[in-house]
Amino acid sequence: MQNTNDSATSMKPDLANDGAAGSVKADPTSGGAGASNDDLLRVEGLKTYFYTEDGIVKAVDGIDFSLKRGEVLGIAGESGCGKSVTSLTIMRLISQPGKIVAGHIWFDGKDLATATEDEMTKIRGNRISMIFQQPTSCLNPVFKVGDQIVEVLKVHKRMSDRAAKDRAVELLTMVGIPSAKKRYDSYPHEMSGGMCQRVMIAMGLANEPELLIADEPTTALDVTIQAQILELMKALKKDINTAIILITHDLGVMAEMAERMVIMYAGKVVEQTDTNSLFESPKHPYTQGLLASIPVLGQVRDRLEVIPGTVPSLRNLPPGCRFAARCPRQMPICVDEEPDLLKVHGRSVRCWLYHPAIDPDPTACADQTLDKLNTYRQTQQEPPAAAAK
Amino acid sequence: MATNANNVNELDNREPADAIKPSENGANTPVQHITGVGGGVTGDSTDYIMRVQNLKKYFPVRGGVLQRVVGQVKAVDGVNFDVRRGETLGLVGESGCGKTTVGRTVLRLLNPTGGNVLFEGRDLTTLNAGEMKKTRRNMQIIFQDPYSSLDPRVPIGQSVGEGLLIHGFSREEREQTVRDMLKRVGLHPEHARRYPHEFSGGQRQRIGIARALTMHPSFIVADEPVSALDVSIQSQVLNILKDLQQEFKLTYLFIAHNLSVVEHISDRVGVMYLGKMAELADRDELFNNPRHPYTQALLSAIPIPDPRIRRDRIILKGDVPSPLNPPSGCRFHTRCWLAQQICSDQEPEWRDIGSENATAHPHLVACHFAEQTKVKGLANEIKEQLGTDTKV
Ligand SMILES: Nc1ncnc2c1ncn2[C@@H]1O[C@H](COP(=O)(O)OP(=O)(O)OP(=O)(O)O)[C@@H](O)[C@H]1O
Ligand SMILES: Nc1ncnc2c1ncn2[C@@H]1O[C@H](COP(=O)(O)OP(=O)(O)O)[C@@H](O)[C@H]1O
Ligand code: SF4
Ligand code: SF4
Ligand SMILES: [Mg+2]
Ligand SMILES: [Mg+2]
Repeated sequence: MQNTNDSATSMKPDLANDGAAGSVKADPTSGGAGASNDDLLRVEGLKTYFYTEDGIVKAVDGIDFSLKRGEVLGIAGESGCGKSVTSLTIMRLISQPGKIVAGHIWFDGKDLATATEDEMTKIRGNRISMIFQQPTSCLNPVFKVGDQIVEVLKVHKRMSDRAAKDRAVELLTMVGIPSAKKRYDSYPHEMSGGMCQRVMIAMGLANEPELLIADEPTTALDVTIQAQILELMKALKKDINTAIILITHDLGVMAEMAERMVIMYAGKVVEQTDTNSLFESPKHPYTQGLLASIPVLGQVRDRLEVIPGTVPSLRNLPPGCRFAARCPRQMPICVDEEPDLLKVHGRSVRCWLYHPAIDPDPTACADQTLDKLNTYRQTQQEPPAAAAK
Repeated sequence: MATNANNVNELDNREPADAIKPSENGANTPVQHITGVGGGVTGDSTDYIMRVQNLKKYFPVRGGVLQRVVGQVKAVDGVNFDVRRGETLGLVGESGCGKTTVGRTVLRLLNPTGGNVLFEGRDLTTLNAGEMKKTRRNMQIIFQDPYSSLDPRVPIGQSVGEGLLIHGFSREEREQTVRDMLKRVGLHPEHARRYPHEFSGGQRQRIGIARALTMHPSFIVADEPVSALDVSIQSQVLNILKDLQQEFKLTYLFIAHNLSVVEHISDRVGVMYLGKMAELADRDELFNNPRHPYTQALLSAIPIPDPRIRRDRIILKGDVPSPLNPPSGCRFHTRCWLAQQICSDQEPEWRDIGSENATAHPHLVACHFAEQTKVKGLANEIKEQLGTDTKV
């Protein structure tokens, strides 16, 4: 399997000396065989499309990831890449014209993708909770915040009014709302954004969920308030072993909170690995560009790297790699055929550079590359590559 | 100086100019820093493009059936700073602390309630409408929201050339300048005929920059110019801003809440809290030797995108108090872990405590205990943890 060509291999030092990299095709998961039992959540080949008047928006287009109990998984990516749709899909909160068109959402052995609404009602707000991007839009403006927490408690647990109210005050205290007893009677508009966000977290935690999905929980908040919320989420994970899916575009928040990370680009997962390796040696050219383009506190650089261009429209995706038009390492095959999610050193990367049969040479002839790829696939019994145009 | 608010009201007719008299609140004028601290006017050879002295902007709050003025939001309440020619002065602080109001007031897009703004040596608060129009050519603003800051009904070329039209340039001159400017910010000259909706957020922000530059201003207020953009697009715009600054010798007042961005772009940085300036110093001085407890908390709260770095974080209690009814004395005392009795009794003076590096500019801070608040500093913290200076 070793790459016979010795030119331009700087990008894949791992592959060159990693015998195990031959197990190339990622995503051996379908059907759940071989999946580890401690996975609390396993998303497989999930696709959610919106059938709009102007065409199909492939918001989530085949994503895979998994999450263990008590683990914090970060999902990062540009605005519009499908992060929120992913979380809403897991919660089964996608409505017309959106639809799950493929895939599974295994939660503790049950496929949420096909669960009935009754089953989902039992799970939502109970075993899985979600904190939304806009705190104010999710609290009901006409009810007292305390009563809204009591409501959540009473839907799922048979609690007396008295006990539920005590618990609500306890939760408000836990999330750091000062004078929680008094604040119980406040309406959402009487609270600041940070306080609303904490009320949302209190609601999310009311039933000690096994999984908490936090969609940009701190993006609308100031950093000092963000710091309070992040500390709170860490405490939760420690105290009640809640698994957390943390969605954010702030790589600083990721580095601090997440144990593993998923990087999304235009509806697909492009890289997935543990947080340390991602920051230490990002593999996908998009991840590399992203890390080089952010100003980092305390590390002043004269100029920032730039990823040229913009994200492709999800209504009109290119046939090959979705990052190809912006990629500094683009090869001929990249524009013709979409790469699979490849396993490289225990991490997943969706990029041809890491395919053992591909010579990462920008001048390589497309036909030759395709021939090589097809030969490789025959020996590995993969489906042959589609003929390039 | 307190009467300046009455002079001209051309741009800010949302409020009666006499609604607020700062003198009503005697406690607000403890020190008159007319000459600015750490930069006395006489014998000071520094080339200042702007000097802001005791700037105040109050907004009336109306209530009741008659919509009478029942109070006032002290959005900016006695702020002093100087801007040196050719520099980027960063302005940071939490939402609602008054950054935008400062930016708009120094351009006189809002009329100040009190204080002076000297631009190129002339007090803007005393200029009449005609003089202001002339001066405004030299001062421009770039807005935060690239979506609402462009008129959706006109081609972008027209928006970019708007200022030229107002100032009576010929059609040829306008078209030529617009084409040049679009090219300069990385867009095609042919784009001039297209409408805003045909552009992405990053492109629209570049159009906003082109528009600000057509009049060849010397001073630009950039109000959160990259906050609405995706990270991969932010760096495109930040680099363009830096390039243009060199090319056109621009001076920026760069407003942002993202301290990493501000650190990257600024020469000096000012930190605001609840309508007041808390601290202002050279960039490296501020980030490595912050002396105001609020600056320290702010810096410690920023998550660094490097999982190897684990920082001791100062978690502030409580929320930002309301600017309708700010705390007495030092406005930070309700959240400050170092607060003493004097902090609620007496407002700390805005003073120069001297930079660590002797060649640096003054290190201004408003804290009674600034001499006793030395911390390790960010660079040292990172160095200790990683064993090296920086990654790059
Ligand atoms: N109801 C809907 N109808 C049509 N398209 C939709 C709908 N909801 C989301 N989309 C599209 O799906 C894509 C992904 O949206 P999503 O909200 O998941 O993005 P995101 O990554 O979370 O972005 P942001 O960070 O801006 O919130 C976008 O292109 C969006 O326009
Ligand atoms: N036109 C206005 N009327 C009343 N209050 C205002 C107005 N503009 C700003 N404010 C208030 O002034 C304070 C500072 O606002 P601003 O300068 O916009 O803050 P930021 O630091 O977020 O830019 C806030 O409390 C804000 O609500
Ligand atoms: S597949 Fe090709 S275009 Fe896509 S990221 Fe990899 S090298 Fe770049
Ligand atoms: S003056 Fe007092 S309250 Fe204000 S920052 Fe200094 S120590 Fe804290
Ligand atoms: Mg979102
Ligand atoms: Mg603002």
